[in-house]
Amino acid sequence: MKIIIVGCGRVGEALAEQLNEEGDDIVVVDQNAAKVRDVATKYDLLGIIGNGATHSVQEEAGIGSADLLIAVTGSDELNLLCCIMAKKAAGCQVIARVKSPEYAQDISYLKSELGLAMVINPEYMAAKEIARVLHFPAAMKIDTFGRGRIELIKFRLPEGSPIAGLSVRDAMIKLKANVLICTVERGDEAYIPKGDFVFAERDVISIIAAPRAAIEFFEKINYKNEAAKNVIIIGATAMTHYLCDELVHSGVKVKLIDNDELLCNEFAMKYDDVTVICGEPTDEDLLSEEGISGADAFVSLATIDEENIMLSLYAKQQGVKKTVTKINRTEYTDVIKQLDLDSVIHPRNITADLIARYVRATKNTEGSNMETLYNIIKGKIEASEFVVGESSLIVGKPLSDLEFKENVLIAAILRAGQLVIPRGNVVIQPGDSVVIVTGELGIHDISDILKR
Amino acid sequence: MNYSMIRYTLGWLLLFEAAFFALPLVCSLIYSDGALLAFFFSMLICAALGSLMIIKKPKKTGFYAKEGFVIVSLSWIFLSIFGAMPFMFSGVTSSYIDALFETASGFTTTGASIFTEVEWLPKSILLWRSFTHWVGGMGVLVFIMAFLPLSGGHNMHIMRAESPGPEVSKLVPKVRNTAIILYGIYFAITVIQFVALLISGMNVFDSINTTFSTAGTGGFGVKNDSLASASSAQQIIVTVFMLIFSVNFNSYYLVLKCKFKDAFNTEVRVFIGIVIAAIAIITFNVFSARDYFQDIGEAIRHVAFTVASIISTTGFTTTNFDIWPSLSRTIIVLLMFVGACAGSTGGGIKCSRIVILIKGMFRELRTIIHPRQVKKITIDSRPVEHEVLRSVNAYIVTFITVFIFSLLIISFDNHDLITSFTSVAATINNVGPGLGEAYSNFTAFSPLSKIVFIFDMLAGRLELFPMLILFSPLTYKKS
Repeated sequence: MKIIIVGCGRVGEALAEQLNEEGDDIVVVDQNAAKVRDVATKYDLLGIIGNGATHSVQEEAGIGSADLLIAVTGSDELNLLCCIMAKKAAGCQVIARVKSPEYAQDISYLKSELGLAMVINPEYMAAKEIARVLHFPAAMKIDTFGRGRIELIKFRLPEGSPIAGLSVRDAMIKLKANVLICTVERGDEAYIPKGDFVFAERDVISIIAAPRAAIEFFEKINYKNEAAKNVIIIGATAMTHYLCDELVHSGVKVKLIDNDELLCNEFAMKYDDVTVICGEPTDEDLLSEEGISGADAFVSLATIDEENIMLSLYAKQQGVKKTVTKINRTEYTDVIKQLDLDSVIHPRNITADLIARYVRATKNTEGSNMETLYNIIKGKIEASEFVVGESSLIVGKPLSDLEFKENVLIAAILRAGQLVIPRGNVVIQPGDSVVIVTGELGIHDISDILKR
Repeated sequence: MNYSMIRYTLGWLLLFEAAFFALPLVCSLIYSDGALLAFFFSMLICAALGSLMIIKKPKKTGFYAKEGFVIVSLSWIFLSIFGAMPFMFSGVTSSYIDALFETASGFTTTGASIFTEVEWLPKSILLWRSFTHWVGGMGVLVFIMAFLPLSGGHNMHIMRAESPGPEVSKLVPKVRNTAIILYGIYFAITVIQFVALLISGMNVFDSINTTFSTAGTGGFGVKNDSLASASSAQQIIVTVFMLIFSVNFNSYYLVLKCKFKDAFNTEVRVFIGIVIAAIAIITFNVFSARDYFQDIGEAIRHVAFTVASIISTTGFTTTNFDIWPSLSRTIIVLLMFVGACAGSTGGGIKCSRIVILIKGMFRELRTIIHPRQVKKITIDSRPVEHEVLRSVNAYIVTFITVFIFSLLIISFDNHDLITSFTSVAATINNVGPGLGEAYSNFTAFSPLSKIVFIFDMLAGRLELFPMLILFSPLTYKKS
């Protein structure tokens, strides 16, 4: 597939990396020559320098033969203009990134009127994810399948946990929980564990379960898990808008701290229920004055990553149980992983997953449709959800008769809204949603998990 | 430095070289010319050594520009060192320096030879010489990249180090696919020339060899008199194809894509302009002196052939231009330096660099008159990036430095200045024949001079910096 990416910022680069790994032909366009050259050399792509919204630059990038154009510059208006131009010139599929809350309410109108295949809003997606982990603080990260009927929950096994030292099989028998262990991360290694795998303290575990079963599971392993009731947010950004919407809606008390008076005024006008504090968020006195140690959760969304990390570490030290840290750059992930940061949100990875899912779904033709895709562990293990069609090779045979590749796990089957636990005698039927976890990346059809 | 990646790439290189030996091996079988074992053993050694080197896959496959440069220069040195084996094993020369010189001259598409008589050489050796031109013309590593997915994004570092010209542009997003397209075009034009020569009545063996030599713009011939005894039709065919192979291959891709305006860009226009001007001046100069040619048609044919041969840095000859008047000989020497277009198989400084340099010179004049004027150099109405301009300037300075030091060392041999000067010019620009004693072959030089020439040929083909990086101690410092 030939894909043009306009905008070489963080999101653009993450997209280029992800899609290039999947073997697509990528052309990146940006006005910053140095940035284009860097990205083009690093990932072996074609780079074009210029304004991606102009027809001549789009022509040069080969819009005529392109299948998809993704506009992810920092400006919503430019992104939309890019898409309109591309649509007029070639009629290829177009995806625009629109982040401003002002346009957010018009997204479905924009999509249908401008003929966009997809409108992505990384800030909104990230805010949704933050809201989920604030509601379920035991989790570092929660992704959902089947419109929220199944959750993929990542958490760290605390020290002194009752299942540390047990094998997966023994732990499941002991807990009698209706959950499925998908992956375990230990140091730099990532596993899709078999029955004899033994848990250790501080392992990062991903489970798949229905929401109610997940709550039971955490109760059984004595993991405190009460939804945060009062939250401090640092930084008034577009993401803060979306997060405040979500939190205020579910009745959480929110305190927002930012040092920009104009932005503070704007937020104070918009949200009556939010306590807006105008002051320097890195000021320790201010934070203790505003009762940091009494907060259930602390969310740092400031623009500078380093500041976010320091603030979250400080909040932890002050006794806040749950911290959420937004990190834009993906450098130094190994260092960040070792810090005690609870949940870390990477908006650009969320976007890259979403678009990679779209691209793979348009590519596959063999009778199943990809619905969702998450990188559980970046570049190592991914989880995806397929709606299985009638012609798929996986239909009509008991699972025990199918020969799966190594490192593949059928994690869940959704049939008519009900979770079916995938045991050996289960037969997949057309119309089922199947969630799989694989160590093999780049799967775009469910039959790819079978041995051929 | 990622040494294991360098080892791994070099291993693959040797395996490819072993495969290259297959062609002369088959040729030797057909003609039973007695060089069969020489090629067989060479193949065996390369294959064995290559397999040993690739047994262990490197853990870290990533590398940077530095490794790219070192891989490219080491590869070309390895190619020459191992490619010289058949010359030794078959006994056509007893000096390893000579064998190495001949192979380096082949791969770098120089075409300077240490053989005084080529007609008595075994046919398979002749074919190997021409084949090295063909392989070296487009670049060996580009060739390997086209077949072998070595290491994804890092390939650009290799392509940049190996491809001639100030800027390397990809045709399609992936380096590997670009390499495949370029080799496809190269192969197609080679086949067309081969067929054209066959139709003109040349025998199959000579056609293959002449085509390989022309395609790589090399210049090794199969006759002692190069192409002087070929028919005029054959000479015209070779003239045309020498010029075709010295045009940027990107242009042919653009022609295939029906973008004629982009294909006929400034560099191509300048190149054609220089060729026409040189033919006109030399023909006038030679013909007005009367005693060289009988009629104007013959004069134009020989002059056009010579100009095409020199500017494309091929080095075939149909007539002895060493005896032409001074103006003509001076122009010929200047053409050696101009060279072909960037992105072709030819050598020299390259037309695009000349264009950038001259435009830079005029801009400098303007800045003296209007010190605060803001002016960007543009080519084909695109601004030339400052880094490109800087690297072109640095290239010229480096070129002159290498040239001067080579000339100094060559002068120990005590040849006349024309011989010394043109022999360095002919090797560093990958032309082949010089003037004076370097006209027909390089037997007159001492082993030390030959080593300098080998360095010059490799440095010239790889555009200096890879070879300098390889021998710079800074490259190997830990941090």
